[in-house]
Amino acid sequence: MRLRSFWHDVKKYRMFLLMLTPAVVFYLLFAYIPMAGIVIAFKRYDYAGGIFGSAWNGLDNFRFFFDSGNAWQVTRNTALYNVAFIVVNNALQIFAAILLFEVGGKWFRKIIQSSLFLPYFISWVVVGAIAYNLLNYDIGTVNAMLRGLGMEPVDIYNTPAYWPFLLVLVSAWKGLGYGTVMYLAAITSIDTEMYEAAEIDGANIFQRILKVTIPNLYPTIIILVLLAVGNIFRGDFGMFYNMVGNNGMLFSATDVIDTFVFRSLITSNDIGMSAAAGVFQSVLGFATIMAVNYAVRRYDKDRALF
Amino acid sequence: MSATELNADKSFAKTSGVKKTDQKIFAAIGYGALTIMALLCLLPFLLVVSSSLTSENKIITAGYQFIPTDFSVEAYSILFKYPTEMIQAYLVTIGVTIGGTLLGLFLTSMTSYALSRRDFKWRNGFSFFFFFTTLFSGGLVPWYLLIVNYLHMKDTVLALIVPLVLNVFYIIVMKSFLGGIPEAIVESAKIDGAGDFRIYAQLILPLSKPALATIGLFLALAYWNDWYNALLFVSDEKLMPLQYYLYKMLGNMDGMRKAMMGAGAVVTTAIPTESLKMAMTVVATGPILLAYPFVQRYFVQGLTIGAVKG
Repeated sequence: MRLRSFWHDVKKYRMFLLMLTPAVVFYLLFAYIPMAGIVIAFKRYDYAGGIFGSAWNGLDNFRFFFDSGNAWQVTRNTALYNVAFIVVNNALQIFAAILLFEVGGKWFRKIIQSSLFLPYFISWVVVGAIAYNLLNYDIGTVNAMLRGLGMEPVDIYNTPAYWPFLLVLVSAWKGLGYGTVMYLAAITSIDTEMYEAAEIDGANIFQRILKVTIPNLYPTIIILVLLAVGNIFRGDFGMFYNMVGNNGMLFSATDVIDTFVFRSLITSNDIGMSAAAGVFQSVLGFATIMAVNYAVRRYDKDRALF
Repeated sequence: MSATELNADKSFAKTSGVKKTDQKIFAAIGYGALTIMALLCLLPFLLVVSSSLTSENKIITAGYQFIPTDFSVEAYSILFKYPTEMIQAYLVTIGVTIGGTLLGLFLTSMTSYALSRRDFKWRNGFSFFFFFTTLFSGGLVPWYLLIVNYLHMKDTVLALIVPLVLNVFYIIVMKSFLGGIPEAIVESAKIDGAGDFRIYAQLILPLSKPALATIGLFLALAYWNDWYNALLFVSDEKLMPLQYYLYKMLGNMDGMRKAMMGAGAVVTTAIPTESLKMAMTVVATGPILLAYPFVQRYFVQGLTIGAVKG
């Protein structure tokens, strides 16, 4: 009986099912089958045996990953970079959005917004080229300026200490326009009566921003930040790879889980350890997303992810 | 004019007539800070363009500069003298961008449409099936091995198109847009005897132009700027997309020399590698920058709609 009503539904919804087929096949193939492929992390992969035919080797891949000393370094780097990106990027985006809302005429606003948005449209490869142009030891603009001022040039590509600042700066630079638009949209949807009331109460412009604009942005800020926190163990591969590449001199400060996994897979062909590091990342990521979702549910049920 | 700009004009500072001291101070900070931020966003582009137009000697002795003091178009003349590889890379990128964007739009809208129909009993189940893939993944390794060893997509154009063609985020955005279309439209079409696919193709698609434009732009930008899938899956030089070609050339001067010679250049003088790098960057970025003022407007509208809808 149950089965019959199931087939009845299949028939009833056949057009929808047909329309969903390409996407279902796509995600089965490229998302769900790779999830099953997690078993690679527990195997000694060989090409003859493939994913399911290779011999098991228990937790050896994980042990190797953790014993190598890389696990802690890449996990720490990934999390710390993301925390810095979240704080700096959101602060700058909110700052820019508030200013953009409060000052300037139509043309000024248009020009500024277009300028801020420009970096968002170029590829990380081009950003890498721009960085090289600025930071190169012999001919980079930064060092040309330093020499021009009679100062010592700095060897940026060989000095890990500069990179946390540079990467945070680049991330802020590329994401500024996009985030500013998001926050600007949130600010423009604030009820103007609140501003009028604040004005009547004698608030000056700074008080108005602190007491009206920013509190009204809290829901947006919290959601955007929490979404970003959920991805705290995912590195932006494009940025790290194009800014740093395979420059081993900088790994202590720049290696994140994603670049480590990529290198282990492609460069050193260490499939087992690479898979283990990937599983470690997925599990950490999943746990954070669940925690974040729980937090959002408690804060505002309607805004929870699921 | 976008909704953002319209509403921004409601900003209270402009309606209150007389400017007070605090507003003057604020305006000074505001104009100053925004101008500095905008300049910081623009200047690196100026630097690249200017470097590409500076003679190699000047770059090597004085470094890259914001204003070309020793103007030279040598880099561009070399680039355009032997453009075979560059043109090939352009063709790959254009083809992949057009094909991928159209296919992506079709699949995204069709999927979202089925998920948006309230009379489809299993829509929540399917939505979760898609959404779950953003929460958990098998990681790079199984995905890579599947594509290379099992689907044999290495060095095929499929490897450049397929990985980016569907994106759960776009499905969700599209679904929430379609949710805003009145159900009565679908109902009346059904009474007129239209099938579900026909309703999608002839009624819903024309009504979702704004959403299609926004998602189409996101897709096109992702395809145009993609180099990652090429890094993983492409070793055949004929299949290199533009950004990956640029990546290879930037990192490998010998490769650049070889490419120039392979294209028929008789290398008698030294190739101006530094200015050539920057000229290549300009040429690879050019179309995006030209399309940018047009594209940006739609982007802002799309983002604004997305932000308001939550």
